Amino acid sequence: MDLQNVMSVASKDFESYKRKRSVIAYTFGLPLVLSVAFSLVVQNDIAPAVQSGANPDSLNLGLESLIYFFVIFAAVLPTSIAAYSIVGEKVERSLEPMLATPLSDNEILLGKTIASLVPPVLTTWLGASIFMATSDFLLHGIISYYYFPNWNAGIMLFVLAPLAALFGVEVAVIASSRISDVRGANQLGGLVWIPFMAIFIYAVEGNFQFNVGNLLLFSGILALLELLLFFIASTTFRREQILTKWK
Amino acid sequence: MTLNVNEGEIFGFLGPNGAGKTTTIRMLTCLISETSGTARIGGLDIGNRSDRKKIRSMVGLLPENVGLYESVSAYKNLDYYGRFYKLTEAKRRERIEYLLRMLGLWDKRDVTAGTFSKGMKQKLAIARALVHDPQVLFLDEPTANLDPEASKAVRDFIIELKKEKRTIFLNTHMLDEADRICDRVGILKTKLVAVGTPEELRESLFARTTVVQLEAVNDAILSAVRKLGIEEIEVIEGNKLFVNVKNPDRENPDIIHAIDRAGGRIQSVYLNTPTLEEVYLKLMKH
Repeated sequence: MDLQNVMSVASKDFESYKRKRSVIAYTFGLPLVLSVAFSLVVQNDIAPAVQSGANPDSLNLGLESLIYFFVIFAAVLPTSIAAYSIVGEKVERSLEPMLATPLSDNEILLGKTIASLVPPVLTTWLGASIFMATSDFLLHGIISYYYFPNWNAGIMLFVLAPLAALFGVEVAVIASSRISDVRGANQLGGLVWIPFMAIFIYAVEGNFQFNVGNLLLFSGILALLELLLFFIASTTFRREQILTKWK
Repeated sequence: MTLNVNEGEIFGFLGPNGAGKTTTIRMLTCLISETSGTARIGGLDIGNRSDRKKIRSMVGLLPENVGLYESVSAYKNLDYYGRFYKLTEAKRRERIEYLLRMLGLWDKRDVTAGTFSKGMKQKLAIARALVHDPQVLFLDEPTANLDPEASKAVRDFIIELKKEKRTIFLNTHMLDEADRICDRVGILKTKLVAVGTPEELRESLFARTTVVQLEAVNDAILSAVRKLGIEEIEVIEGNKLFVNVKNPDRENPDIIHAIDRAGGRIQSVYLNTPTLEEVYLKLMKH
């Protein structure tokens, strides 16, 4: 695999996104809206509860659940970009000329994966950083220490969020072979968050704790699942399949 | 199908919808695998995995659907592809300018491709297929759905490419176009039914006919022509003699002389040449 080829595909896609206002608004807007909304939750709910002597465990669960939401969004955001990147090209019929170049199937797939993955992960980190800074600002006067950064948040943002984003991309690539319009592919976002939301509900019910061990275990399982998904995605994204079998 | 396309020629590939023309191009450009048989492009085997990438580097493809990036400029469309073929920035700039100028699109280089007319999009897609300067070019229906002016511009450009000694494999439904620009044609009807120059195909399927238009045809004229040993004569519209000939250069002067001596007043003489469309339709009926 030639990395220069991979980056040629990725940079082509990056440049295409710059012209898609909806993609930019979605990718940048959602994490920022989330950071503002969650900061308001800290200001209006969590900070007063801590001040009135609430259990420290509820502080942990509250703040880490909010950080975990950034992980969920990291899974959802790339599906839209990946959908545009692959289904969009399918609709514009621009895949065939690209497939006629010396680029290998895996170089195209990896280039598109990088282009779909990097912006959402970066904007997720940006949104989460704003939220963590605001939370520390709001809570420091009450708990006398800076809650963020901490190991749990670090693992969620730097291990789990990129894996979640990759999960979203791989699902979108696999689904692209069966979906023939960008809107349909976008609806995938409504499905990708389900396994992550299940973990959240489990945590709220007290069956799962956001601690280093559990988060690393979850990340490991996700990484294994992604190996399987990558195999399926790379089998789906084959010249012959795209030109003869894709709908 | 056994077929050989010579270096530097324009080869027209004709056939009805569903005959397998696009599939053939896709196999030859290594987009899909062959189910059986072999093919070589510039000495490289399409069935050999390691040759496939090299083949894709040395050929250019204009697919049936142009598939441009409609939201970016004409220049960017070509620049992306220049990068895919690993051209340096300077080389890309040089090739893009050369091609866009040649196709009359240089002034529109910064205009979004989505705003182009069909003809301009087709030209841009041809430029894209040529950005890496390939020696072999596959064009799938390059003038389909274009207006006459745009079709002519594309045809003229294809002829220019031939002058650059490129080998061009042209899928087309436009029989008139194939007749005009192709050195040889192959006619596909799920299998290859004929290959040759348009002239060779005409000769193999139709007798040569000289048409002599007279003021009036009478028995004396018919008998004078028959005396030359020509039996197949037909009178059409009362004043046109259709005479089957084997060698028009040798036989036509004798025919004209005989008619003149028999008192016939000749208005015009021409060789009736069947069109490639007539050749094609005859082959399709078999």
